[in-house]
Amino acid sequence: MQHFELTKTVNEQRKKIHPHKFTLWIAIGSIIMMFAGLTSAYIVKRDQPGWTSFGIPRTFWYSTFVILLSSLTMQMALKSFKERQMRQYRILIIGTTFLGILFIALQWAGFMQIWHSGVTLKGSGAGQFLYVIAGLHALHVLGGIIALLVTFFRAFGAKLRNYNSVPIEVVTTYWHFVDLLWIYLFIFFLWIH
Amino acid sequence: MSNEAVIHGHGVAAATHDEHHVHHHKETFITKYVFSQDHKMICKQFLITGMIWAILGGLMSVLFRLQLGYPDTTFPWLEDIFGKWAKGGKIQPEFYYALVTMHGTVLVFFVLTGGLSGTFANFLIPLQCGARDMASPFLNMLSYWFFFLASIVIFSSLFLETGPASGGWTVYPPLSALGDANEGSKAGMDFWIIGMALFVVSSLLGGLNYITTILNMRTKGMSMTRLPLTIWALFFTAILGVLSFPVLLSGLILLLFDRHAGTSFYLSDIFIASTGKALPNEGGSAILFQHLFWFLGHPEVYIIILPAMGLVSEVMAVNSRKPIFGYMAMVGSLFAIAILAFLVWAHHMFVTGLNPFLGSVFVLLTLLIAVPSAIKVFNWLTTLWRGNLRFTPGMLFAIGFVSLFISGGLTGIFLGNSTLDIHLHDTYFVIAHFHIVMGVSAFFGMFCGVYHWFPKMFGRYMNNTMSYIHFWVTFLGAYLIFWPMHYEGLAGMPRRYLDYSGWVSFRQFGDLNRFISTVAMVVFAVQLMFIFNFFYSIFKGRKVTSQNPWGANTLEWTTPIRPGHGNWIGEIPEVHRWAYDYGKDGREFIPQTEPISANESGH
Repeated sequence: MQHFELTKTVNEQRKKIHPHKFTLWIAIGSIIMMFAGLTSAYIVKRDQPGWTSFGIPRTFWYSTFVILLSSLTMQMALKSFKERQMRQYRILIIGTTFLGILFIALQWAGFMQIWHSGVTLKGSGAGQFLYVIAGLHALHVLGGIIALLVTFFRAFGAKLRNYNSVPIEVVTTYWHFVDLLWIYLFIFFLWIH
Repeated sequence: MSNEAVIHGHGVAAATHDEHHVHHHKETFITKYVFSQDHKMICKQFLITGMIWAILGGLMSVLFRLQLGYPDTTFPWLEDIFGKWAKGGKIQPEFYYALVTMHGTVLVFFVLTGGLSGTFANFLIPLQCGARDMASPFLNMLSYWFFFLASIVIFSSLFLETGPASGGWTVYPPLSALGDANEGSKAGMDFWIIGMALFVVSSLLGGLNYITTILNMRTKGMSMTRLPLTIWALFFTAILGVLSFPVLLSGLILLLFDRHAGTSFYLSDIFIASTGKALPNEGGSAILFQHLFWFLGHPEVYIIILPAMGLVSEVMAVNSRKPIFGYMAMVGSLFAIAILAFLVWAHHMFVTGLNPFLGSVFVLLTLLIAVPSAIKVFNWLTTLWRGNLRFTPGMLFAIGFVSLFISGGLTGIFLGNSTLDIHLHDTYFVIAHFHIVMGVSAFFGMFCGVYHWFPKMFGRYMNNTMSYIHFWVTFLGAYLIFWPMHYEGLAGMPRRYLDYSGWVSFRQFGDLNRFISTVAMVVFAVQLMFIFNFFYSIFKGRKVTSQNPWGANTLEWTTPIRPGHGNWIGEIPEVHRWAYDYGKDGREFIPQTEPISANESGH
């Protein structure tokens, strides 16, 4: 009877979106609100006296390319996991992690270029906002990298082989989200100057 | 275990819990009481932590009421306890500001948000939706422990040499951004920001879980429109929290940069008198912080009051032995309040130089809240109307809630007008308004919930005599404390002042202030009696002997008297009807689990 109940619960669950995935979507909504708060502060501030701005360094174009590429490798990793191509999956996950770290490094390089052009934390213009907003975004990417590594080691470190794709799907969705978030922020900084 | 579960079951919370059920895991003290993942234990952790905070926060108000009521008297024992903060037995200005700031912070966030939502969302969502536990019991546990960490940080700030944050619970810059301007803006402010950031994380983790559980983990037959109103209220509360707390976090991060990194998001053209220095900061806008703060701050008051509304609706229907009047209107008005919550924040900023045209838009939106609020009040009154009332302590607090909500809501209409606000802003009228409508009201909702669900939480009843004393003293006391403040406020008496005796126009209120302070102390003492009653009853209260002592319809009363982790033994019951079939077809109540019979009348 217990067996029966168990199977039934699982079957019922399958019809709906998995609770963990759903939780992630709400968390994404929450993160969006945070960045919406910051970018609307930027818009309000822009119309006030004392606003300073600066040129977007080319490095950010490179970092944008890198994070787009990482989304692609992440998606391919998910696909290989579902097809049980574990070797390929392992390579793609390592690749994605590497691209994520490269993205953060490039962001840092971009910050340094802006910093050396004379825009420091003193003041209250576009530069200071960029440090805070893009910095927070980089922290979210870092969170994604940690989640990626945890999933990776959990899938291969355990004694029992685990074929449940939910954790990796959750990480993939999050990864695409931080990618899209950066695209939004990048366009925002380019456009609203 | 079937193969099915091996392949797909991992991470499916429901399946893992069934497993728990079969084996009966040996639980250690640590996993059962400390790092528990059982929603019922997490609820108790939130409740008891919230109670400790409520006592501390209440004690702070007693201390500053002592100063306000007896400005000329010295209390040498205060100096014995607080040292330099109460030099010569008198509360010093810095200490006074620290007290009002921490009173606000503690009560708003740690008691009425963490304590209220944390307790009842954790307890009721799985039990009333028919789930074994939350969608993610682990995140749920983390939610409590972040709350605990936040509590530790804020609590330790009380022991700093320069004192805790003292720029008001709204921590407006530039005061909060400049350590040189104010003792409390030194390390105390950093502790406040860190504590609040941890609190935001806690409430987000909790909120995510509450929403997911309500939408995904309901038992068979439990459609959204069959949910009790408690769950609807907690659902909208969680959505408000998830969407507004991150904005507060953004505002606080910018504040942190202004404090330590030399940015000028909020700072511009400042000269500090105490150091005689002009600051280099230029171009910042202090109003920007107020926008970010109140974009959270206003939804926050609904985060506080909505759970109370939900608890009251449920307890009122159960104890009137009548269906709640206008169930869909109740859900609709909760929804309307949740939407409007995000569109009225600037009514806290009418006198900051806000564009008057924009101000009038916010006046309109603010006054619109009167509509759903009135719908709710009407429905509560019509639920009571010709009901078969049982005046249990929970029910009394529910009725008290409605009374206070009406009284406090009416003054909201005054304050929502930008023109009247020119006179009333920052006076005791505001203090009276929000204490009645969200402070005491939310407390009444919380008490109503504690008294009603105590038998389910601990398998015992609370002492009735003490409960009735608690109700009447608190109820009358609340009016005696806050009603006169309307009068002082209309006369123009400003808030946040330490001593009014040097002020000819407000000297006349000396006796009134003493009266308010005296009542405040009596009411505080009665709360201590409630705490005693609570803990005494956990161990010594009369035992619950029947599964459904209140004769209620909802699912939590179908569990064993002391439910284990997983809540139901065997299968989770199926739901066949809404939660409010009271007094139907000649029957006193029909539980949600009972199938609709062939010759039953419609609603």
